[in-house]
Amino acid sequence: MTTTRNAMPQAGDEGIVVDGLKVQFPIRSGVFRRQTGIVRAVDGVSFDIPAGTTVGLVGESGSGKTTTGRALLGLAPVSGGGVRIFGESQAELAARPGALPRTCQLVFQDPFASLNPRMTVGAALSEVLAVHGLAGREERARRVQTLLDGVGLRPEMADRHPVELSGGQRQRVAIARALAVEPRFIVLDEVVSALDVSIQGQILNLLIDLQRERGLTYLFITHDLGVVRYVSQRIVVMYGGKVMETAPRDRLFSVPHHPYTHALLSAVPLPDPKAERARARLDVRSEPPDPAAPPPGCRFQRSCPFATDLCRSEEPPLRPVAADHLAACHHMERPEVRQALTTATQGVSA
Amino acid sequence: MNAIPTRRSEPSRPVLEVENLRVSYGSAQRPIHVVNDVSFSVRPGEALGIVGESGCGKSQTMLAVLRLLSGSGRITAGRARFEGQDLAALSARQMRRIRGHGLALISQDALSALNPSMRIGAQMAEPLVRYDGMSRGDARKRCIELLEMVGIPGAATRLAAYPHELSGGMRQRVLIAMAISGNPKLLIADEPTTALDVTIQAQILRLIDRLRRELGMALVLITHDLGVVAGVSDTIAVMYAGRVVETAETDRLFETPRHPYTRALLDSIPKLDAPADRRLQPIAGLPPDPLRPLSGCPFHPRCSHAEPRCTDGLPALEAKEPGSGHLIRCVIDPWRAAAAGGRTSGLTGASRP
Repeated sequence: MTTTRNAMPQAGDEGIVVDGLKVQFPIRSGVFRRQTGIVRAVDGVSFDIPAGTTVGLVGESGSGKTTTGRALLGLAPVSGGGVRIFGESQAELAARPGALPRTCQLVFQDPFASLNPRMTVGAALSEVLAVHGLAGREERARRVQTLLDGVGLRPEMADRHPVELSGGQRQRVAIARALAVEPRFIVLDEVVSALDVSIQGQILNLLIDLQRERGLTYLFITHDLGVVRYVSQRIVVMYGGKVMETAPRDRLFSVPHHPYTHALLSAVPLPDPKAERARARLDVRSEPPDPAAPPPGCRFQRSCPFATDLCRSEEPPLRPVAADHLAACHHMERPEVRQALTTATQGVSA
Repeated sequence: MNAIPTRRSEPSRPVLEVENLRVSYGSAQRPIHVVNDVSFSVRPGEALGIVGESGCGKSQTMLAVLRLLSGSGRITAGRARFEGQDLAALSARQMRRIRGHGLALISQDALSALNPSMRIGAQMAEPLVRYDGMSRGDARKRCIELLEMVGIPGAATRLAAYPHELSGGMRQRVLIAMAISGNPKLLIADEPTTALDVTIQAQILRLIDRLRRELGMALVLITHDLGVVAGVSDTIAVMYAGRVVETAETDRLFETPRHPYTRALLDSIPKLDAPADRRLQPIAGLPPDPLRPLSGCPFHPRCSHAEPRCTDGLPALEAKEPGSGHLIRCVIDPWRAAAAGGRTSGLTGASRP
């Protein structure tokens, strides 16, 4: 990139601050489409992403991770709480035409669905530059080449259509398109999940390099704990629309406190048959609660082997277990819980 | 349920034998080979994992075995035998009987494998009534028994549910129940957990493993995920560009992987226990295009150990130590010395403290 709008972030610069975020969708039914209920997809989620760093947002289907990412970009209705983006409220940014998309960009799982099949790669990139008025007609072709080069694609790729590209190449194009507006913050939603494992690393290494070169801030959304560990400084674990646990990466993997985090870690298949046979597992029996009618108390109660009456009546707050490490569980300090969880992580974390 | 044979009870005849199988698409003049010279066998009760990335031919191999290739897809060389019978020589009617009672398939996408407009009970009972001549009442009882076997709570009430009313994990359990309803000798599971969340994936894998042991079925598990086969398979075949490049017993394969592709694939997996600040080691480049086959070893353009002789001709799949059952398709064999010494250092398998 020849021009950089934004200076490299300094340590301590405010990045993204998510404070009590709620996203709710009405359920309508009947002939008159009357509202008959409400889906609490994201229910009071808070975390920060310091400028120039990556937070990994981990969870399974229905955890609210994707909706959280979309809400940060103004693509899902925020029904409560606030989002601050580099010191400005999301509402202020949204009020200035073009400011939100020029600051925050999104890359999806499936670039085949997000790229127009009839447009060449060059045309798709040049369109973004034109829409945002970032380059005159003559300059665009040159900028397209710079963008392609920045994501490791050869210049002739500009004339190709998405169908002629491999999955990894398409994901590089999607990243180039997000970078075209020189954003400061990118939400990466399952960006390597559809790729073969031998190719995943190419894209992850590219994202890490781009972050170092340009001081980008990332929210990396994924279900894959192995992948998230390589790219994130901090990890947030969501379940049923709530944050269950958040900690610096190495702490989360070595001393997780929430039973759900354990369940996730112990479910990851290890490419080592002896470790697979030897490991103790924490079983998750049921599936996430209905977001339209969550049970009172903890969202994880029905799946948790340690749940008590307290868990079924009172919602556990997210509270500190150590500096910079929060978890939402009534029983995480109980010796028998610690004991069980320590056994379950053996062989998983270094 | 019939008597349950135990695993490895006797050196019995393989359930499935695939010999030098070639699967081709396109015209006879310009065929495109998507599976080439693939051979393996599965004994009763044994679990074979076939591992490879998109387009390596792992699913095409098993679709050919089941005679379910689509379009112009056909077997152009070699054969597949089920309990000694050449599957290609069977009539459509005989083949239908083998699919279900001999071989059963579970696919990745349970939602598209189930009929969305039919209740679970009705679609489970249909083959039992139609092909096995059960009465409706007996079929219903059998369906409840099957749903209980796959761990579906409240089985009797679930019979009235439509597929969309079940979660992804429950649908996959229903599909497994249908697959085992004919007491198959061999279960073919093609990426059975790829669409599922990781906690559900772990449950389904354990269910498949338990059923295999209880029912004495053989299993062919097709997956892109080396972690998935590590816990379930007795032996593993690694495929690349339509060919088997390495095959060995599971522990041996993970401890001393010998083909550069297997090594590179293991090294590219983001692990939970490696130092997180190390860069990932992806495999450079892309798999070859089946329309433009390469001369020599199909992995040579991406291989960090390639030498000029790698383009000379296709290496044979051979045991470098006779009798080891560990076959590789590589003329270089870079880890020959390490394998002779027993264990390898390196990033995979053996690196655990």
